[in-house]
Amino acid sequence: MRIACPHCGPRGVDEFSYLGDATLTRPASDAPEAAFADYVYFRDNPAGEHRELWQHASGCQSWLVVTRDTRTHAISQVEAARDVALARSKGAA
Amino acid sequence: MAQSHRLPSRGLVDRARTIGFRFDGRSYEGHAGDTLASALLANGVRLVGRSFKYHRPRGVIASGSEEPNALVELRTGARREPNTKATTVELFDGLDAQSQNRWPSLAFDLMSVNQLASPVFVAGFYYKTFMWPAKLWEKLYEPMIRRAAGLGRAAEAADPDDYEKFTAHCDLLVVGAGPAGLAAALAAGRAGARVILADEDFVLGGRLNADRRVIDGATSPDWAARAVAELESLPEVTVLRRTTVLAAYDGGVYAALERVSDHIAVPAAHQPRQRLWRIVATRAVLAAGSLERPIAFGNNDLPGVMLAGAARTYLNRYGVAPGKRAVVYASTSDAARTVLDLSAAGVEIAAVVDARGDAPALQEAAKAAKAPLILGGSIARATGWRGVSGCEIADASGRTLKMECDLVAVSGGWNPSMQLSTHLGGRPVWDDAKAAFLPGSCPPGMTVVGAAAGAFGLAQAIAAGAQAGVEAASDAGFAASAFDVPSVDPEPDVVYGRGPWRSPSTSAKAFVDLQNDVTVKDVELSAREGFVSVEHLKRYTTLGMATDQGKTANLLGLAIMADVTGRTIPQTGMTLSRPPFAPVAIGALGGAHRGKEFKPTRLPPSHFWAEEQGAVFTETGQWMRAAYFPRSGEKDWFESTMREVETVRTKVGVYDASTLGKIDIQGPDAAALLDKVYINAFASLAVGKARYGLMLREDGMAMDDGTTTRLSDTHYYMTTTTANAAAVMRHLEYAKQWLWPELDVAFASVTDQWAQYAIAGPRSREVVAALVDEGFDVSNEALPYMGATELTVCGGTRARLFRLSFSGELAYELAVPARYGDAMIRAIIKAGQPFGICPYGAEALSVMRIEKGHAAGPELNGTTAAADLGMGRMASKKKDFIGRAMAGRDGLADPARPRLVGFRPVDRSARLRSGSHLVARGAEPSAANDAGYVTSTAYSPSNGHWIGLGFLARAEERMGEIVIAHDPLRDGDIEVEVVSPVFVDPEGARLRA
Repeated sequence: MRIACPHCGPRGVDEFSYLGDATLTRPASDAPEAAFADYVYFRDNPAGEHRELWQHASGCQSWLVVTRDTRTHAISQVEAARDVALARSKGAA
Repeated sequence: MAQSHRLPSRGLVDRARTIGFRFDGRSYEGHAGDTLASALLANGVRLVGRSFKYHRPRGVIASGSEEPNALVELRTGARREPNTKATTVELFDGLDAQSQNRWPSLAFDLMSVNQLASPVFVAGFYYKTFMWPAKLWEKLYEPMIRRAAGLGRAAEAADPDDYEKFTAHCDLLVVGAGPAGLAAALAAGRAGARVILADEDFVLGGRLNADRRVIDGATSPDWAARAVAELESLPEVTVLRRTTVLAAYDGGVYAALERVSDHIAVPAAHQPRQRLWRIVATRAVLAAGSLERPIAFGNNDLPGVMLAGAARTYLNRYGVAPGKRAVVYASTSDAARTVLDLSAAGVEIAAVVDARGDAPALQEAAKAAKAPLILGGSIARATGWRGVSGCEIADASGRTLKMECDLVAVSGGWNPSMQLSTHLGGRPVWDDAKAAFLPGSCPPGMTVVGAAAGAFGLAQAIAAGAQAGVEAASDAGFAASAFDVPSVDPEPDVVYGRGPWRSPSTSAKAFVDLQNDVTVKDVELSAREGFVSVEHLKRYTTLGMATDQGKTANLLGLAIMADVTGRTIPQTGMTLSRPPFAPVAIGALGGAHRGKEFKPTRLPPSHFWAEEQGAVFTETGQWMRAAYFPRSGEKDWFESTMREVETVRTKVGVYDASTLGKIDIQGPDAAALLDKVYINAFASLAVGKARYGLMLREDGMAMDDGTTTRLSDTHYYMTTTTANAAAVMRHLEYAKQWLWPELDVAFASVTDQWAQYAIAGPRSREVVAALVDEGFDVSNEALPYMGATELTVCGGTRARLFRLSFSGELAYELAVPARYGDAMIRAIIKAGQPFGICPYGAEALSVMRIEKGHAAGPELNGTTAAADLGMGRMASKKKDFIGRAMAGRDGLADPARPRLVGFRPVDRSARLRSGSHLVARGAEPSAANDAGYVTSTAYSPSNGHWIGLGFLARAEERMGEIVIAHDPLRDGDIEVEVVSPVFVDPEGARLRA
């Protein structure tokens, strides 16, 4: 598998490390414990398109949001996680 | 007798070059261009091995990597390699091969009595025969089966050869250099595209070299050689011989194995034995051709039974007659070429059996060869002792004809080699007319052409290959012009091998899978016992599970199962092939990463100095750390370590702490970020001060700890544990980029930039004072405990000095740029000499941290929360931080949760062991009564007895209680007293001195 890092171009998957679901948002600090429990422990396991966090760990250190089809491993989009996070916090504000 | 079966002319072998080789200790001769199989056949050697289970005599059945039979041990000593295929081993001078699975000799094998006991060895015999009594399994049955069965012997010494890995990028990868592959590579290469053409053979051309075809008026081998020459002249084309494409992966990534040096006795200097390629290809053309399948008949494993196409390969490519008198048994028109080529080479055709009676080409060939033709007949069985000496043919009316022959050439049709097209889950589709599985959906970017796609004709293959090459080149932006498809000699209408799959049953064994000794009867038995699914058939009989992955066997087994159960082949199913296409040596997958190069070795700046001191080293992750510094007269690590601890506790010692992770943190929001990752506050830390910090995972468990120093308002310097440095860096970046992207802060790993020495002990201040340049004050007032300052040492060398202590003594950490690290340690030792300084290693450090009750790796083990470590109160209530919410869970506040405490043995001479579990006195040691465990132990010279740290349930109420440290695996149980985890200077007076 290859991932097109927005900063470094397409690179082999062994340069990247995987974290998991990028659709989760860390609850606000005053959120109830249950919200944090959901955030820490509960994951969907979709068959199909999935947004997930990867890091270009053996490269530029960027965290990335990779949109990948879990059935075919086809990657349709790679974004810098920081850009996604900033857009999200703007949207929330 | 020399090369009795070598034909006077024909073939691509270089008759001017004779090569000597040995097989089972006997010397033979072959020619350059031979394989071991062709050279053995040229010498009339038909018996080359014994079979896996029944030890039946076996010979060469195929001519390529699909060979299930002719497996030999190649080379000797450390380079001995079992199960190499004689059909792919290139002959080289001095080649030494041994047959396998025979004792005492190949011709006379005592183990062949297994055949007489064959009812015992039927499919599933493991599950049936050796069930009872169970205790005999390990001692008797298994060793016995292993000796009797099994393949060759592995080398007993370490592999002396090197392996390497390459990565390559191309517009088009062409897999297979037969007619379709050559055409594809030519079409794309001429347009200027970057092409990699890989073929497992050492002569390119595939069946063009095995058949006598005519292309544009040239012989097919000449046409192939010209095509290869042109490809090699194109600057953007890479031609890889002896290279098997093993697997297709996501994103157009392919793995291929190049056998760089397997065709010579020993790799040349600085050359690898094999090279693993990772090829990133925008497009791929799979032109791997097809593999012939046999028809099962009695004794179809006797040496002298050969695939009809392979017989042609030996004739036409190697100039070897695989027999003198042949019977050809086929259900295809393709075998007509075998009849004609054998006959033309002077091999007598004893009979031609047209299994279905519907192959006109075969019948015409029989007529041309003046051979008896048997329509709709079958071979009931081959006869002979160590090789075919005849066969019994049943004609359509059921009459049996006995025929003398020494070669039975058999063809049940051709299976397209589309394995690579299924590696990403594509399912092959059965084509009834062609009696073959054809590629279904392919990996993105892959096109299958030629015989691999079921287009068996030569003209068809060249046209389809060229078309795919043009498309790939255009795709990559090259102007590819139309490819002039050459004219070829006339091709008769193809009759495909649509059965029968086996001849009517006889008492003789008819083999389906030759490598694993699976017979037609085994398949029938599998069906009778209900294992009718193809997946069950495979596992019950081991069909297709040998190293050849059933390349000649799978379809036959499947077809017979379909037959027996009255279903069609597609109803019966198909097992998918998985990577790798052919067996790969682990050495090739490891590449250069073996032995010391398995992972990088990191050396702290004092390493070479420590070597000079005779230090004994220990590995911590990638780092080499000095464990202790033995002095003459000390008999073991324990004595040296105790002396080092005593020296630090009474005088002064120095330790290289450079392996700690070090992270430079800068930016207006540096303080805010640190407050998010540590449980305690760092925004409030004064400039010039250090603070111990604990960070949690979001689930509330401790992740790492260390000290962080504030160098300025916007500049911090963090240390992490040696093992977790990379994980902490990743965690910080995650927090900054994903959780709090608005924070303006940046990190740099500076682990390798700073050499950092801990100078510890009551005399340490005097040593440090001797090192710092004039004008810098290191008094307790100027630099109190947890203070930090930037200064210069040794006459102008920039340094950072921290008043930190892990040992519990008055101590400093002195950091200088790494390039001064070696000079610095020498300067420290010199400055410390008047005060009795000694270097100390990781062992002494560990003893001292256990004496002080400091948590380290064994305590921060991923299952302990801050409260478990006695640091619950450190957590700030005024801010949010990673892990805060989950750390507040009721479960983690439960007093029944084991908490960090210290232990000392009631019998002060007893030794404590980490890993012991704790149970109350009088309680039975069981999981239900498990009250905790011991994590770290050391002999404490300061206390004069063993001490331990660990986690104990309800620890607060149990101080002073005697519990049992249960250790059934080592020294048994001992009584320990629960005490404070701090065994030395609990008030901390020394470190503040």
